[in-house]
Amino acid sequence: MIALKRNRLGIILASCARHGFLAIMCIIMVAPFAVMTSASLKSSSEIMGGGLSFLPQDGWFALENYGRVLTEVPILRYMLNGLFVTGSILFMQLLIGIPAGYALAKLQFRGKNLIFGGVLLGIMVPAQVTALPIYIMLYLMGLTNTYASLILPFIVSAFGIFLFRQFFRGISDDLLNAARVDGLGETEIIWRIVVPIARPAIIAFGIFSIVAHWNDLFWPLVAISDSDLAPPPLGILFFRNQEAGDDFGALMAAAVIVTTPLILVFLLAQKHFVQGIAMSSQHKPQQE
Amino acid sequence: MLPHAQKKQSPSNRTLHAYTFSMPAALLLIVLVIVPVIGVALISTTDWRLGEKSFEFVGMKNYIKLFADSLFQRSFLNTIVYVLIVVPITFSLALGTAIVIESGRTFKTFYRTVIFLPATATVVAMAIVWDFMLHPTLGIFNIVLDAVGLQGHNWLRDEGLTLYVLAAIGVWFRVGYLMVLFLAGLATIPPSLYEALAIDGVSNPWDRFRYVTWPLLGATSAFAATIATIQAFQTFETVAVLTQGGPNDATELLLHTMYVEAFQFFRTGYAAALTVVFLVLILSVTLGRSVLTNMREKHA
Repeated sequence: MIALKRNRLGIILASCARHGFLAIMCIIMVAPFAVMTSASLKSSSEIMGGGLSFLPQDGWFALENYGRVLTEVPILRYMLNGLFVTGSILFMQLLIGIPAGYALAKLQFRGKNLIFGGVLLGIMVPAQVTALPIYIMLYLMGLTNTYASLILPFIVSAFGIFLFRQFFRGISDDLLNAARVDGLGETEIIWRIVVPIARPAIIAFGIFSIVAHWNDLFWPLVAISDSDLAPPPLGILFFRNQEAGDDFGALMAAAVIVTTPLILVFLLAQKHFVQGIAMSSQHKPQQE
Repeated sequence: MLPHAQKKQSPSNRTLHAYTFSMPAALLLIVLVIVPVIGVALISTTDWRLGEKSFEFVGMKNYIKLFADSLFQRSFLNTIVYVLIVVPITFSLALGTAIVIESGRTFKTFYRTVIFLPATATVVAMAIVWDFMLHPTLGIFNIVLDAVGLQGHNWLRDEGLTLYVLAAIGVWFRVGYLMVLFLAGLATIPPSLYEALAIDGVSNPWDRFRYVTWPLLGATSAFAATIATIQAFQTFETVAVLTQGGPNDATELLLHTMYVEAFQFFRTGYAAALTVVFLVLILSVTLGRSVLTNMREKHA
């Protein structure tokens, strides 16, 4: 009886320790978001006063802060730039990557191993390494400081091709042969049979690509000097360096506006995020 | 003849398709990866400055200059210190958190969602938030320290401290991503193995970790360590937003140094040499990891 009680006590203690540890982790993870939201609602003078309350004490300044961001900075334009650039990149990556992944997974041709080797090399070389020569190429073509300069360097994703190849290899050849007997051409097979089956891999890759390019600062900083073309990360940096200065209320409002879309996408499509990360680790190149 | 039989394709037709499907990707990989890598290696042997018409081949001079340059030495050392702090802490914190989440049944999705949040947030925006939190007079850190009677710090302007502050922010950004990797890995471990251990009388959490979790998580751990190391080497945003490498080059990391040399000073040849060094570092992480994996498989 006593032993049983001790055991139950142990379970309760373990559960408390688990929730205690995880609650601390959660607080650390959420704190910057809370500080950001809180300051975006407060007046400059209250922020200068250094209070610790989450909600404003000397009146709400949300309208002023968000209003300042929306009227003084083309923040919506930055968001549309980001949407257009990430959307175009993903569209081209799928258009080029899906057929290539299919050819590497399901068709026989000379040079296949060579191309696959190129894909593996492409995965290993970080984008910052090719930035300088690609910048020079774009400069010589007169394309720096254009939307094209933000999109073109990324229209082929070696990681995407690799992921698609791995996934397509799991599709049964009997199914593809049956489709061929039914008179479907290879192009139709890709878009009407393979793509619907591979939806989880395509969504996972899409999320990966959107997060990577929406967040990228390095390349826009290199390629763009005209602030009208800036995607959100570069735009908010312009705002801080040129307009906001120490107006932290407005700066935090801008951070809220820029951060919210991806967080909403994540909260709505969480399952796909998690699946995508799991897939990227299970289909890793080094496992070949 | 049946109408659909006319469209039936021959295998040689399929080969033709294979080329049309893979050629755009192959050509783009040549133009956007292979040519640039060769290009950057060639440029690193010249004294070229972007915009100038002429240049000369200088052999290994850029590399000799690079390794003698105190800024590069500082940047290289900082990067190694940064990686050696960020990777082990992120790795163990992520693994620990994943195991703790999986050890119970309640609030699993909630904890996973909240801890993953920083990984989805726009890095530059959150770096600006950290800048505000670390502000010497208005930031929450110093306000809280002051409230409990402790001395605050000038977190982002302190030569002996700022690199560690950046490392802590780096952990904050990445721990959720690695945790999700580990959660996926833990989900593949069959519960029957833990039951077998329990039958053998092993129920202590450390033994469960030592005999089942850690060995079966081998592939996930190797992947997580590699990806965390490569991402830590690629740190750029936090330096560019928070410190620009200062104070006194104390937080100068390789990628930021490369950016400044290449795109602010336009010392193209010199920056190309730095890029080659950076590429060699990244490749040795990836290749080193495959060598280790192969060795382990041979000995297993």
